[in-house]
Amino acid sequence: MMKINDLTSRAGEWLRGNGPMSEIVISSRIRLARNVCGFPFLTRCSRHQRQQLESSVRETILGANIAPQVLYVDLEAAPEVDRNLLVERHLISKPHAVAEGARGVAVAENETISIMVNEEDHLRIQVLRSGLQLEEAWEQINKVDDQLESQLDWAFHTRFGYLTACPTNVGTGIRVSVMLHLPALKLTSEIEKVFRAAKEMRLAVRGLYGEGTEATGDFYQISNQSTLGKSEDDIISDFKHVVIPKIIEYEHIARRTLLSDKTVALDDKVARALGVLRSARLIASEETLLLLSHLRMGVHMGRVKDIDMRTINELFLLTQPAHLQKLHGRKLDGDMRRAIRADYIRQRLGGN
Amino acid sequence: MKCDNCNKNATVHLTEVQGGKRVEKHLCEQCAQQAEGIPVKSNMPINELLTNFVMAHSGLQKEAGTGCEQCGITWTEFRQSGLLGCQHDYTVFEKDLTPLLQRAHENATHHLGKVPARRGGSGVPMKRQVDLARLRKELAKAVEGEDYERAAKLRDQIRQAEAS
Repeated sequence: MMKINDLTSRAGEWLRGNGPMSEIVISSRIRLARNVCGFPFLTRCSRHQRQQLESSVRETILGANIAPQVLYVDLEAAPEVDRNLLVERHLISKPHAVAEGARGVAVAENETISIMVNEEDHLRIQVLRSGLQLEEAWEQINKVDDQLESQLDWAFHTRFGYLTACPTNVGTGIRVSVMLHLPALKLTSEIEKVFRAAKEMRLAVRGLYGEGTEATGDFYQISNQSTLGKSEDDIISDFKHVVIPKIIEYEHIARRTLLSDKTVALDDKVARALGVLRSARLIASEETLLLLSHLRMGVHMGRVKDIDMRTINELFLLTQPAHLQKLHGRKLDGDMRRAIRADYIRQRLGGN
Repeated sequence: MKCDNCNKNATVHLTEVQGGKRVEKHLCEQCAQQAEGIPVKSNMPINELLTNFVMAHSGLQKEAGTGCEQCGITWTEFRQSGLLGCQHDYTVFEKDLTPLLQRAHENATHHLGKVPARRGGSGVPMKRQVDLARLRKELAKAVEGEDYERAAKLRDQIRQAEAS
């Protein structure tokens, strides 16, 4: 049986940074919203129904042969630090971490699969992969959906498709999200153009942790909003062939502009980031994200040669509050976290 | 007297004033329910009939809190939270939900995409149901567009799907 502590020390799939287009595309995520026939949606479930649903869905997931090894976390019982750890690894949403009542998450296949139980819908199935791998992600999640469907009766309507608690998800129940690292567009103040284009295409732009979060460290998540009247293949193909290549092209142009016209300013940004990371004695997680973002750009653009991408990817994850505490084995207050974070970064980057 | 819409006997007689003009409508029970939203039950007491009539025409029904008989949610409650209470709500509120869904989903009103291969409990193969619904819709469109060649093809496909 896998334990949650087995996750802590390794980089999660989404930060492994080795997929196609990984210098700009951090991860590809697809999630499907599904509800089970015979139970009301969660806002109308009694405490008892909620428990029944959770235990029956848990049993089904664990018996469905989704993967050789499945980790199931009972989130009602899990301590806060474990729940936050799962948020930091993008395996559960923030609302799912802080909600009340019977709920859980199943994690499998090197964290590429996660299934939230009793979130806004009975099940939220997710597949998360490094780099631009939307078709692979769809193939994988479609299979998981088929496996679960052979055991559970999904709420389905001939006209409206898969029925969801919120009508904005009805139809396919699909959300395709691509996480992008766009530091050059930010530095050249061209990022607004991307926002406008995305809005015109009815896409949402969000921050690192999804709905309601700010874009930190120049990470942006682009997702579809319409789920009705378009097939999964069409939605995915739009992303793969139109939306994402366009944004990647913009970011490449911005990077070339920085290299040809603003070399000194670019090197200054990257060197300052590395300087602070190698010297700071106290550092907050937001500042860390921002500086690591500049450093990541510097490495990808060949301005920094002595640091590998893997170290940076691991630092992104391991310097976040829950991971830091988990690695340290105890709860730390804010000041201690900042000190320990700074020490850890200096040690990993060979600082003073 | 025959119904204005079909050939059945008209049992509902409406007199409306539209733009200063008196308009009379004679409808059968089914057409009355479909076109005017007036639920008609034979031998219904007159006061209940009147209440239903007034409710249907003033939008009071929603505010009065008639909700889903399965989960109890009312339209007003749904509008406050943005979340529906059970899968049955999509049928109960289908008419009110449609414009809302169109706004959220670039005017779409029908699902396209994956369909579960079966619906376990009922034993009805879901995929066939949806295929049939889609074929019938396409047939209606073909007839409307006077594309009879396509209509004939679709008719054969529907017969085949029904027989399978």
